[in-house]
Amino acid sequence: MKLTKGAVVEGGTSLNYKTGNWRDQRPEIDQKVCNQCGKCKDVCPDDAVHRNNELYEIDYDFCKGCGICAYECKPEAIKLLPEGK
Amino acid sequence: MTVKKETPKESLFVSGHRACHGCGMALGARHILEATGDDVIVVSPTGCLETFTSPYGFSPWRVPWIHHVFENAPAVASGVVAALRAQGRDHTRVVAIGGDGGTFDIGFGALSGMLERGDDVLYICVDNGAYMNTGGQRSAATPPWAATTTAPAGRQSMGKAEMKKDLPEIVAAHGIPYVATASIAYLGDLKKKVKKAMTFHGPRYIQIDTPCPSVWSFPSHLTLEIGRLGVNSGLVPLFEKENGTITATRKIKRKVPVSDYLDKQKRYRHLFDSEQGQFEIEKIQALADTNIEKYGLLSV
Amino acid sequence: MDDIRVVEGSEAVALAIKACRPHVISAFPISPQTHIVEGLAKMVADGDIDAEYVRVESEFSAASVLAGASAAGSRSYTASSSQGLLLMTEVLYASAGMRLPFVMTGVNRSISAPINIQVDHQDSMSLRDAGLIQFYVESVQEAYDMHLAAFKIAEDPNIMLPVMVCMDGWVLTHSYERVQFVDQQAVDDFLPPFAPEHYLDPAAPKTWGSYAESDVMMEFKYAIHKAMTDGKPRIREILRELSAMTGRDNNGLIETYRTDGADIILVALGSVTGTVKDAIDELRDAGRKVGLLKIRCYRPFPHEEIWQAVKDANVIAVMDASFSMGSEGSIGLDLKAKLFGRPQAPMVVDFVAGLGGREINARTIRRLVVRAEEIHRLGLVLPEAQWVNLDASIVS
Repeated sequence: MKLTKGAVVEGGTSLNYKTGNWRDQRPEIDQKVCNQCGKCKDVCPDDAVHRNNELYEIDYDFCKGCGICAYECKPEAIKLLPEGK
Repeated sequence: MTVKKETPKESLFVSGHRACHGCGMALGARHILEATGDDVIVVSPTGCLETFTSPYGFSPWRVPWIHHVFENAPAVASGVVAALRAQGRDHTRVVAIGGDGGTFDIGFGALSGMLERGDDVLYICVDNGAYMNTGGQRSAATPPWAATTTAPAGRQSMGKAEMKKDLPEIVAAHGIPYVATASIAYLGDLKKKVKKAMTFHGPRYIQIDTPCPSVWSFPSHLTLEIGRLGVNSGLVPLFEKENGTITATRKIKRKVPVSDYLDKQKRYRHLFDSEQGQFEIEKIQALADTNIEKYGLLSV
Repeated sequence: MDDIRVVEGSEAVALAIKACRPHVISAFPISPQTHIVEGLAKMVADGDIDAEYVRVESEFSAASVLAGASAAGSRSYTASSSQGLLLMTEVLYASAGMRLPFVMTGVNRSISAPINIQVDHQDSMSLRDAGLIQFYVESVQEAYDMHLAAFKIAEDPNIMLPVMVCMDGWVLTHSYERVQFVDQQAVDDFLPPFAPEHYLDPAAPKTWGSYAESDVMMEFKYAIHKAMTDGKPRIREILRELSAMTGRDNNGLIETYRTDGADIILVALGSVTGTVKDAIDELRDAGRKVGLLKIRCYRPFPHEEIWQAVKDANVIAVMDASFSMGSEGSIGLDLKAKLFGRPQAPMVVDFVAGLGGREINARTIRRLVVRAEEIHRLGLVLPEAQWVNLDASIVS
């Protein structure tokens, strides 16, 4: 692909760069415990939690497994599991 | 390069950036843009934020964003403002987001110039208290007795021996309409302040405490927790100053001793290993108590 | 009809910039650039020019304001000199890399230390590697003319690089000359508004100032070089259009003066070329086969034109007003690099002259020609540049 003049890049293109393989622990939301407060989405540095209909879901393409969502979740609905077990 | 379309993305600062695990700055950037809305142009100096968001071909910015060099973000922002005014693009606002190195230190002259000229720029410092992009060297924003790679703890050193530059006060002394401090631990408060800043014209300044798991050395899930401890110890006072007068402070609900904040971070570990260190912890406690007194941080 | 007035060089430049309708002007004062930016400030204050004037706290910020303004889609201008140009250096490299086509006047002045405010070319020559297009002018009229062309060259979609018009401090900025001004309508016809392919726009958000890894860094750097070298035909074309507009000969990346059949060709740039032309007339009258090659466009380096002009001469005597310490003068280095290995290339003798405002008069030039003839006659191989009018006896 031809390089752009001055290295100007389209916005939002980092979605083509998956960071999911940086993860060594995997957060999983227990939807039965989740109260849909949205905290996990708010606190994710990687914008990897999205609301799909009523449910919050983790986008494993991008989640780096930092664990903030699990730590901050008041109802303790998010468990951190070892990745690739 | 095409943008993935299938996942609905509301964010103006999307996934796929290369910040470290649990980066407070990345979290801050997304929430800043949520508060500013999309009719902004963002300017950043060289630093972590720039590096992890600008690998050629992979940008998380969904607003126009420009990085030029390390020490000139305020002046670049002034240039953008001038161009917008010349072109009559009056609705678009300019926001600069830079780290403490680019703000407290190398870009300080340009920042002061921009503030003095009264340019319509919201300058946000995402402060993590050292030069993280190059491995955590001391900056003027490094708090006292934190160990950094260029002011390390050693047999004859307790880390940084100097105070943190009081930039909010220095900035406020330029007579600008709005100065605030915020923390990524309190995202609602942070967004409220950014939104409020956007209602003013002229130069405005917000300094956001952005804990850095990599260099402060704490587990990546504790980013917000560390931020909260900083605020609730009194070491990170959160306030707003409008036209030179403090108009609001965030009260500490339950005060924590500074040692609760310090002992979770490796950059302070040396303080817990010696009598001298204990003495320095007392001095840090005194700093927190001074802040609490000065800003009236405890509810009465 | 013709608008001909006697004006100070700085005023002529300010009027040329006004005619180009910049959106944004930003500057920090430094001698001898001040009259240009003061003139523009007064025009803005009087409402004679519809531009934002950003009064910055340093040259570093002046260039940075231009970078921001240019990226936001505005035609932008600054002027600086000497230390100020060096302070801008980092910003200029980055601006060339980001292909931001602003225009600046480089008012030539020597570099500290010792501090000195007189003319030489050390300041702008120190920026020759930055990716700026550089022109050097001989007269106030040429300064006026080249500033009119500068934006058109900078903003050409295939070039998109900052352009610096270099003019000698004091000698040109502070002298009064008869200048013929171009009608505003003609300038507007010549120079359309700046309309870049990309600019900072929330409706089409783009990211500027990327980080490039080693897989593409060389290509981005090569692209700047290619924009310059491939840009030469376009620059020639724009200078032809400029000539058509001004009715003056602004043609060519170089100018030759009495080089036909010349054994010795002096190479110079800037205001000294006027003095050299007078000296050449005298020398020609005395039967000496001497000519001048004036470099108008220094970056991109017009080595093709230079070769055509010098290939039949015996000696090229370069007059360098800047020096790469420990090596040679700047133009000398360029010429030697481009001529080396060409069969029958003339010998290049590098003379360093005029540093810190040291006078160069007709006598200096006659002596320099005599020395060049002598070097050629004796077949001397000179390992070092020749410092002209240097009093080596007082150097400790």
